[in-house]
Amino acid sequence: MPEALDLSIFVKRQDDGTAHLDLAIEGIDCAACIDEIEGGLCRLDGILDARLNYTTHRLAVQWQDGTVTPSAVVQELQRLGYRAHPYQSRLVEEEETRRSQWLLKCLAVAGFASMNIMLLAVSVWSGNVTDITPETRDFFHWLAAFIAMPAVAYAGQPFFRSAIGALKAKRTNMDVPITIGILLALIMSVVETINHAEHTYFDSVVMLLFFLLCGRYLDQAMRRRTRAVAGNLAALKAEVAHRLDDNGEAVLVPTAALNPGDRVLIRPGERIAVDGIVIAGSSELDESLVTGETIRRSAASGDAVYAGSMNYDGTLTLQVTAAGKGTLLDEVERLLETAAAAKSRYVQLADKVARGYAPVVHLTAALTAIIWIAFGASVHDAIITAVAVLIITCPCALALAVPVVQVVASGALFRSNVFLNSGDALERLASTDTIVFDKTGTLTLPEMRVVNAGAIRPDLLEAAAKLALSSHHPLAAAVAQESKEHRPYEEATEVTGQGVKAVVHGVELRLGSPAFCGAVDLAAAIANKDADVSLIAFACGHERTLLLVRQALRPDAVASVKALQDLGVDCRILSGDRPEAVAPIAAALGIRDWRGAAKPADKIAAIEALKVQGRKVLMVGDGLNDAPALASADVSMSPITAADITQAQADAVFLGDRLSPVLDALTIARRARALMRQNLMIALVYNLIAVPLAFMGYVTPLIAALAMSGSSSLVTLNALRARSMKAKALSETSMPTNATSAVPALQGA
Amino acid sequence: MEVLIYLVPTALLLGLSGLAAFLWSLKNGQYDDVEGAALRMLRDDDITK
Repeated sequence: MPEALDLSIFVKRQDDGTAHLDLAIEGIDCAACIDEIEGGLCRLDGILDARLNYTTHRLAVQWQDGTVTPSAVVQELQRLGYRAHPYQSRLVEEEETRRSQWLLKCLAVAGFASMNIMLLAVSVWSGNVTDITPETRDFFHWLAAFIAMPAVAYAGQPFFRSAIGALKAKRTNMDVPITIGILLALIMSVVETINHAEHTYFDSVVMLLFFLLCGRYLDQAMRRRTRAVAGNLAALKAEVAHRLDDNGEAVLVPTAALNPGDRVLIRPGERIAVDGIVIAGSSELDESLVTGETIRRSAASGDAVYAGSMNYDGTLTLQVTAAGKGTLLDEVERLLETAAAAKSRYVQLADKVARGYAPVVHLTAALTAIIWIAFGASVHDAIITAVAVLIITCPCALALAVPVVQVVASGALFRSNVFLNSGDALERLASTDTIVFDKTGTLTLPEMRVVNAGAIRPDLLEAAAKLALSSHHPLAAAVAQESKEHRPYEEATEVTGQGVKAVVHGVELRLGSPAFCGAVDLAAAIANKDADVSLIAFACGHERTLLLVRQALRPDAVASVKALQDLGVDCRILSGDRPEAVAPIAAALGIRDWRGAAKPADKIAAIEALKVQGRKVLMVGDGLNDAPALASADVSMSPITAADITQAQADAVFLGDRLSPVLDALTIARRARALMRQNLMIALVYNLIAVPLAFMGYVTPLIAALAMSGSSSLVTLNALRARSMKAKALSETSMPTNATSAVPALQGA
Repeated sequence: MEVLIYLVPTALLLGLSGLAAFLWSLKNGQYDDVEGAALRMLRDDDITK
């Protein structure tokens, strides 16, 4: 579309007369793209700087204000072959970036301190068994103390803050024993240094901090990456609308620039981007993204329409209403609130372990001190042994056990086109035993497809598809997808409300309603059989043929559902569509439990009923009507085509036409949970061996250092096994996926 | 062992300068686009100019 998009609301103007625009870029796949984009833009007059961030796929453009319009930048990118979407940085994301930079600084300080202290500590250890003088040893201990104290004060902040926060809320978390352990060990070491003792634990303290910060940083990096992807997706999905000026002129603007009260023009074949009230015109609307209903609704002056609906044949003028003012949205929002409130807060695996772990550790340390004193040892020795127990049990491996697996597994999920919205979704996905699917847009593809393409002569189909390219009708778009070369006939004309026609090599081609093509008799024979199918007639000279268009199943839906059932997962369908439309889908997929005509409240009730039975429910849905159900389920996924509110509720979003990401997500999450448990076991076994040694007083700083780094490395290496998860998940599904391609495209039956 | 008086502070100073360099590079935004940096060094636009 050569029409210029008015992006001025996204431009940031600076004091020095330059303008700045952030864009999310689609279509970056290789290193050459950097040159192409930056070089191409810099050739435009007035552009001062264009810098592409290859990691986040974002472009920052700067130009002399007034020389270039933002839409010219977007068009130049389009010409170069990239789609650009204005991107507004969101507060959450900036917050995550700041936090991860802070953690990186702490990590650097802890790393510096632990290397230097280790240098001193190793000298002392080797000196202790050879000929170090007490003076030199004291000198080294003091040096270590002066490095360790500021380093701990700075790098320990993430743990201290979190521990204080937890204690204020009268809870404990993993950071409470960490903080206590670190501070006690540090204080004891300083006291020992003053007393000219042989052993200090400065090296253990800073090494512990270093390992813990590694885990914390990895955790944060994963969350940040998820946020960045979510931010890009939001930008890619941002839609545009034609706003009518005061003098009636239509300007293309992003929906973010629309205000309540604005008038918006909706043309045939466009998706409605805002909620509003029809003030002029009448049309048929496909509200399947909103309600799941596939039958079209007619809209006339005074009716409320919702964002996400597809406008069919008429032109509408809307008055924009404030978001959430529509009656349907109100209901959805009310249900969302109650569902979110009722959802019991999921306790993460690591927190669960921490709750049990902290009291046990502190009790053991206290017992150690008491028993040593009871057996006649000095208070000094008793306290030193107790602190050694605390250090050795400090949950170093425990704190690494979960985040490392999470990072590696979420990388595997990224490669499977699944993006996690929340950090603990992985664990909740793993425990899923029941999946509730929405039908429209989830099991089926969001857009229409020609279902009898295989039964039509290829040359006729190609001609019909090429003709369809000239039409704006949504059904024609389905036909146009069948075209191999995307070149429309030049002389095609559209007859509004009826179809398109063109004369090619003296033969008249017509595509449109059966009446328009003279195929009413053919249509009558089919129309009664299946209410769900839309008919398009095609006439080529005297030949008449009918194209059946409907929302087809995702290409691998049958195989994926089968594979899920083989995993022992109970699959169900809960749809807002009519039961007659749901039944054939359920039959094709081999799903016995299904329900149609479910309103948002019914969906919540059904999911609550499943939860009462003790099932862990994964809800997969895309419609606005699914949003409350997604919120009330234990864990939820939605395709990228889903309505905005729905996507915001989903724990994970998947891309593409296939349903296999749902299967991949489940397999990967299950393997990840298994690895997390293994890791926690490793950490536990390590403690079972180390604690008795510490209790008996055999743990010197050297042994503590070895044990700590040994168990941490073991846990990290074990977690890296999750990298092969994608390969596993693929090979498990590869057989069924190959099988699907053999199944004809006409599965939508 | 008197040599330690010079060597240990020197070692510390070296470590500190490494830390300072890292913090500077972090503040300078050198870790904002790690994947891009790996590819940008392969560009040969400086030759054509």
